[in-house]
Amino acid sequence: MKKVGLIVNPIAGMGGKVGLKGTDGQAILAEAKRMGAEQVSPQRTVKALERLIPLKNAIELITYPQEMGEEVANQCGFNPKVIGSITQGMTSSDDTKQACKDLLKMKIDLLLFAGGDGTARDIYNSIGNEIVVLGIPTGVKMHSSVFAYNPLRAGDLAMIYLQGKVKELKEAEVMDVDEEAFRNGFVSAKLYGYLRVPFGRRYTQGLKAGSPPTEKYSQEAIAQKIIDDMENDCFYIIGPGTTTRTIMEKLNLDFTLLGVDLLYRKKLIEEDLNEKKLMEHIKGKKAKLVITPIGGQGFLFGRGNQQLSPNVIKEVGKDNIIVIATSHKINSLNGHPFLIDSGDTELDRLLGGYVIVITGYQESVVYRVIS
Amino acid sequence: MFEKGGTKMSRKNKVRNFHQAKWDEPVIFELSNKGERGILFPEIEKEIEMDIGDGISNLPKNMVRKQPPNLPELSQMQVLKHYLRLSQQTLGADLNVDIGQGTCTMKYSPKINEKLATSSKFTELHPSQDETTVQGILEIIYKLDLFLREISGLDKFTFQPSGGSQAIFAIASIVHAHHEASGESEKRDEIITTMFSHPSDAAAPIVKGYKIINIYPNEDGLPAVEALEKAVSNRTAGLLITNPEDTGIFNPKIREFTRIVHEVGGVCGYDQANANGILGITRAKEAGFDLCFFNLHKTFSSPHGCGGPAAGALGVTEEFIKYLPTPLVEFDESKYFFNYDVPRSIGKVRAFYGVVPAILKAYSWIMSLGSKGLREVSEVAVLNNNYLLKKVLELRGASAPYAEGRHRIEQVRYSWDELYKETGVTTEDITCRMVDFGFHMWSSHHPFIVPQPFTLEPTESYSKAEIDEYIAGLKKVVEEAYENPEIVKTAPHRSVVHKIDVDSLDDPTRWAITWRAYLKKSKK
Ligand SMILES: Cc1ncc(COP(=O)(O)O)c(C=O)c1O
Repeated sequence: MKKVGLIVNPIAGMGGKVGLKGTDGQAILAEAKRMGAEQVSPQRTVKALERLIPLKNAIELITYPQEMGEEVANQCGFNPKVIGSITQGMTSSDDTKQACKDLLKMKIDLLLFAGGDGTARDIYNSIGNEIVVLGIPTGVKMHSSVFAYNPLRAGDLAMIYLQGKVKELKEAEVMDVDEEAFRNGFVSAKLYGYLRVPFGRRYTQGLKAGSPPTEKYSQEAIAQKIIDDMENDCFYIIGPGTTTRTIMEKLNLDFTLLGVDLLYRKKLIEEDLNEKKLMEHIKGKKAKLVITPIGGQGFLFGRGNQQLSPNVIKEVGKDNIIVIATSHKINSLNGHPFLIDSGDTELDRLLGGYVIVITGYQESVVYRVIS
Repeated sequence: MFEKGGTKMSRKNKVRNFHQAKWDEPVIFELSNKGERGILFPEIEKEIEMDIGDGISNLPKNMVRKQPPNLPELSQMQVLKHYLRLSQQTLGADLNVDIGQGTCTMKYSPKINEKLATSSKFTELHPSQDETTVQGILEIIYKLDLFLREISGLDKFTFQPSGGSQAIFAIASIVHAHHEASGESEKRDEIITTMFSHPSDAAAPIVKGYKIINIYPNEDGLPAVEALEKAVSNRTAGLLITNPEDTGIFNPKIREFTRIVHEVGGVCGYDQANANGILGITRAKEAGFDLCFFNLHKTFSSPHGCGGPAAGALGVTEEFIKYLPTPLVEFDESKYFFNYDVPRSIGKVRAFYGVVPAILKAYSWIMSLGSKGLREVSEVAVLNNNYLLKKVLELRGASAPYAEGRHRIEQVRYSWDELYKETGVTTEDITCRMVDFGFHMWSSHHPFIVPQPFTLEPTESYSKAEIDEYIAGLKKVVEEAYENPEIVKTAPHRSVVHKIDVDSLDDPTRWAITWRAYLKKSKK
């Protein structure tokens, strides 16, 4: 019998309705409640769980007490195994982390969690890459791509994953913005890491005639293309992400998944550079910048790669920015343009328009960019 | 789970109480019975053997099989029953309202044309016959060329490609030959296409060795002129584009597209595989194209896909005739003949000179309609499509992304995303349920950038009553999706096979397209 863990962050999403940009921290929660915010996370979780009802007798659902999972599980007619303890109405990020640790010990096959970016971060910090997870989107901030498109899809994807119909996994970004800064009108999203989620390609795209290449295969084709085209007297700045990581793997170089690395003649110059160090290396030299859109919303700059500051971008020059992405990643944006928020409005405007994105060894697409 | 008896179809109730035959028929190899025969040949008579030998020993040694082929062994009657049963288990184009196969142009192919193509006058021709003995069919090939020149405005057609994708490959080869002539073929290694053009417009040039730049649509569903400007350069070999695209939206800036590509020295190829909405209305020439092709098996009736052999009619302007595959069929005012003297020809893309039955059927179809008739075909196809569009948009949860409020040409790519979000029912579920009411399903809506895509193309063939029947079926399924989604999600209930696990279709270790592969993979 498959074991499914369920963690509901009951307060996720409460800040949204009352215009607060997130619900991290007790003070903000109190503020949200004072402004009349109601819980939204449990109802949205129910939508996802309902999709799993056909598997009710085929899975063992393990969850935390009361509003952290027990209640919604009961509401959907499951007979959950309840572990741990909480203080009702007073749950916090510590409870999520503790629930992760407890569930990890139970050797679950899939962890379903409901929340937003903050919850995804807590999950990532507690379990890393150890179990397959899937996010039910119920929060305010949704920069991470560990979440299904909506609760229904989360339920459906979980269903087919548990039935063994989806075997492929993908590494999805865990991102979060600093809420305090965000509330003050300043966005700084950070890429925290990657969680393993079921790859719902077949499922989300419907039945297809052919068998499209896997995400990994596409990434390798793109990486090979970048490597084969590398010029000798040119620095290559490799931005964060799993698509860009494949370049480093193919070159057998050390890399930082979340950071920015610098290459010259296919050799690593330095790992994990900040803006200042980057500038020291490339100032006045020829450099190309290889980036991939980050997060579920398709940001090219300004989320998860702040090291690539306006200064760095200007030094490299618009024509030396190489954008790479698998077709699946682009299609998952549902036609929404890439976004840029470099922090420099003039630069954002300059980078807007259309960009060529390398999507395979012989293939690229022209895609729109807006700021 | 569904109404067992159902109510009879009538003027008021347009939903058919359909049930597919189910014969539970094994694969023919499993029916094989050792030694069973369809035909028993008599022993060869001595006299005959003396005259012409035993018929085998005078064959070249390397052509004689050492072992007989491993074919199923069945009597005639068993074979007949087997295939009749299988035919009853399909929803063929002649049985159902086949408008759910958008992009395929499932029009009615008049049977008279089939009759012509199966007449012995025609079937007993051999492609190796001397041209003086096949003047009739050469005349037909030549005249169809003249018709298509008129329809496209271009200057010469070949019918050698045996399908649209092969015509695209031929176009890519001609583009290559053209740039080779000016010594630029190495530098010009990029072909530009659009996301909503047919996927073969990207795939076939890749086979030729080209790199592909694919333009994404904007909010209005069209590729932007600025996006094309971003894509073109001195590396551009050519443009390969469909218009109207698979969304049914016509790109009104097409003339500007060809201009921009010409300006950088590229060649423009028009994928007119499906020209069903524009016959006699707009032409490749006026849009600025150098090359184009039509699928005779779509626009020009001679049935589509598995319903009949394909033919890609490839046309070029004067400048590109010298690259066409050989032989060209020409006329010297006294006789029709094969012209092999095309020194810059890209060579053959197929044996002989094309799929002749498809050519004959298309010729006959055009002759029966005349130029006014062709235009009417398009006008009715467009009218049917926009009637259907209006009706579909009245259904809850349906939308037609892009170009809101505007008319479409011959087809529409709809979206069931709203319905999906509200009910969890997907496009795939809907198409499976439509089978329960006797409508063939279709699942190809590449690229999958429209969420829950659904492509309908009613062509000119279907009457208002039939379109209304289709809509009534769709309406019923939509109602079910909101009231009783399970019935839709578990469909089909009245088909040969109920729910199958389609996952294996994506898994090369589990699929087998030959009996031998099946035996191997299933370790039997
Ligand atoms: C617009 C378009 N182009 C090309 C093709 C490919 O034609 P074929 O299937 O004959 O290779 C099709 C048919 O599916 C088509 O609709």
